Amino acid sequence: MSEVSVTPEPTTVRPEIHVRADTAADGAEEAEVVLDVDQLSVYYGAFRAVRGVDLKIRRSEITAFIGPSGCGKSTVLRCFNRMNDLIPGARVEGTIRYHGIDLYGDQANAGEVRRRIGMVFQKPNPFPKSIYENVAFGLKVNGIRDKAEIEQTVERSLKRAALWDEVKDRLKTPASGLSGGQQQRLCIARAIAIDPEILLMDEPCSALDPIATTRIEDLMQEIKVDFTIIIVTHNMQQAARVSDRTAFFTTEINEESDRRTGVLVEFDRTEKMYSNPSDIRTENYVTGRFG
Amino acid sequence: MTATTGGTPLTTERRRLVQSLASTVSVGRRLRDRVFFGLLILSLLIALVTLFALLIDTFLTGQTRLNSDLVQNMPSGRPARAGIQSAIFGSLWVVGLAGAVSLPLGVATAVYLEDFAPKGRWYISLIELNVQNLAGVPSVVFGILGLAFIARGPFSWGFTVGTGAMVLTILVLPTVVVASREAIRAVPPSLRDGALALGATRWQTIWRQVLPSAVPGIATGSILSVSRALGESAPLLLLGALTFVTFNPDGLDSSFTVLPLLIFKYASDAKAEFHVVAAAAIIVLLIMLLTMNTAAILIRNRYQNRRS
Repeated sequence: MSEVSVTPEPTTVRPEIHVRADTAADGAEEAEVVLDVDQLSVYYGAFRAVRGVDLKIRRSEITAFIGPSGCGKSTVLRCFNRMNDLIPGARVEGTIRYHGIDLYGDQANAGEVRRRIGMVFQKPNPFPKSIYENVAFGLKVNGIRDKAEIEQTVERSLKRAALWDEVKDRLKTPASGLSGGQQQRLCIARAIAIDPEILLMDEPCSALDPIATTRIEDLMQEIKVDFTIIIVTHNMQQAARVSDRTAFFTTEINEESDRRTGVLVEFDRTEKMYSNPSDIRTENYVTGRFG
Repeated sequence: MTATTGGTPLTTERRRLVQSLASTVSVGRRLRDRVFFGLLILSLLIALVTLFALLIDTFLTGQTRLNSDLVQNMPSGRPARAGIQSAIFGSLWVVGLAGAVSLPLGVATAVYLEDFAPKGRWYISLIELNVQNLAGVPSVVFGILGLAFIARGPFSWGFTVGTGAMVLTILVLPTVVVASREAIRAVPPSLRDGALALGATRWQTIWRQVLPSAVPGIATGSILSVSRALGESAPLLLLGALTFVTFNPDGLDSSFTVLPLLIFKYASDAKAEFHVVAAAAIIVLLIMLLTMNTAAILIRNRYQNRRS
């Protein structure tokens, strides 16, 4: 019943891409681990929202987090770029290591973390500025002042986000004039302009129509060469289409407090998760028996 | 009702349905609707007519003296020669200083309370409560405060422009803080999230995204505050602004007078000719208010247009 579709070949002209020195080739050898999550639990005050997550995110792969609502997928995602810091009372236990450095340790500054681990949100949130200024903002706040460099980077990012042709004649017009799908691609361009290593995408297509969704899925396949992508999605078919690995989360009801805690059920290569999962809960979810 | 739907003639059932749709609202309800609307228009008219009546009356009374003499002359014992120049400049000095100081202070306080203060701590709640309370304190209380502590007491600045400006700053500050907080709070969190997710620091996010978005609300708050300051008479009365001042302020340590108080002085004079001068001065005050408000509205609109 579940099928895995073949990754489509990108048909657009590839802009100049720098190949990372240690990109592993597809095949038997596993890619390098960029994020090592060890017994991660997230608390909001006294309430444990997620418990005991163990994951390894590998370079240049697309990892999908799937699962029913409220099981902590977005919570775990937001831990990776320390956006949970913004929520009063949010607390993290366990470790998340980025190339060996603990993201929540003393060595890690939140702003620097976010510079290397970017995020695209569920609802497109372009700044109320021009298209150009949106993409340039990340560069400016990170200290890049040279106008020529900014212009080049803006153009490169918009091309990589497959938006350049549509906006090149109106870069100075407000970003709010774009359609939903264009706005989301603008947000992607904005995020990749500062050249992060990892791109977190929190249900990026849920507010978009199917055609815009397809364009963004194609885009993800194109840019995964340079960016490691983690995507949270409610759409199982989307996860099956785009991802290399899938993590399935679900909720457990705590008997005493009657509240739900999110847990990671299974994490494996996508083909295996959909065709031959190890856990019965995964099987039930992907075959549609619940959720 | 003999309309046909979809090409087929109406059956009696359908006809009844269409009829009931047309007259869903009974005659009684429609009448109540109209009466309510009429009452709303009436309230609006009462307010507008009263306002315009006062304006027209003032204008008719004062128009004979509404000339350049009024603005060029200093106050005088002789009504034919009485002007209001010292009061105009006094108001501009005192209110201008108060605005210039209260605006950055007020916005900075609002930014701190919204984005930097640890939420829920008792001392933060205390500050917030006090700021909101101060916004409702009668202005003469600030005058007494200024008299005791600034004109006399620890500061001992006397009856000067500096004292007046400081008292007006304190008076106006709570309003600026409250209005700015509302404006900052109205900025959607998605905007902050977007900026922070790109690695911006908190300050960069506030300075480059939040504050520019909040400018319309802050501009409105400052219009209200400065307009209120321009019309204040009670606190400045206690700070010696009713003295007969025939010169323009030349520094923070000058004596001064302000337009509302001079209007009061002229309007309560025994000689009827002074009342005409008072009416003309009122018109000048209104023009000043209108100019300031228009400037602030233009700033607000410019920011709103640039962003959408």
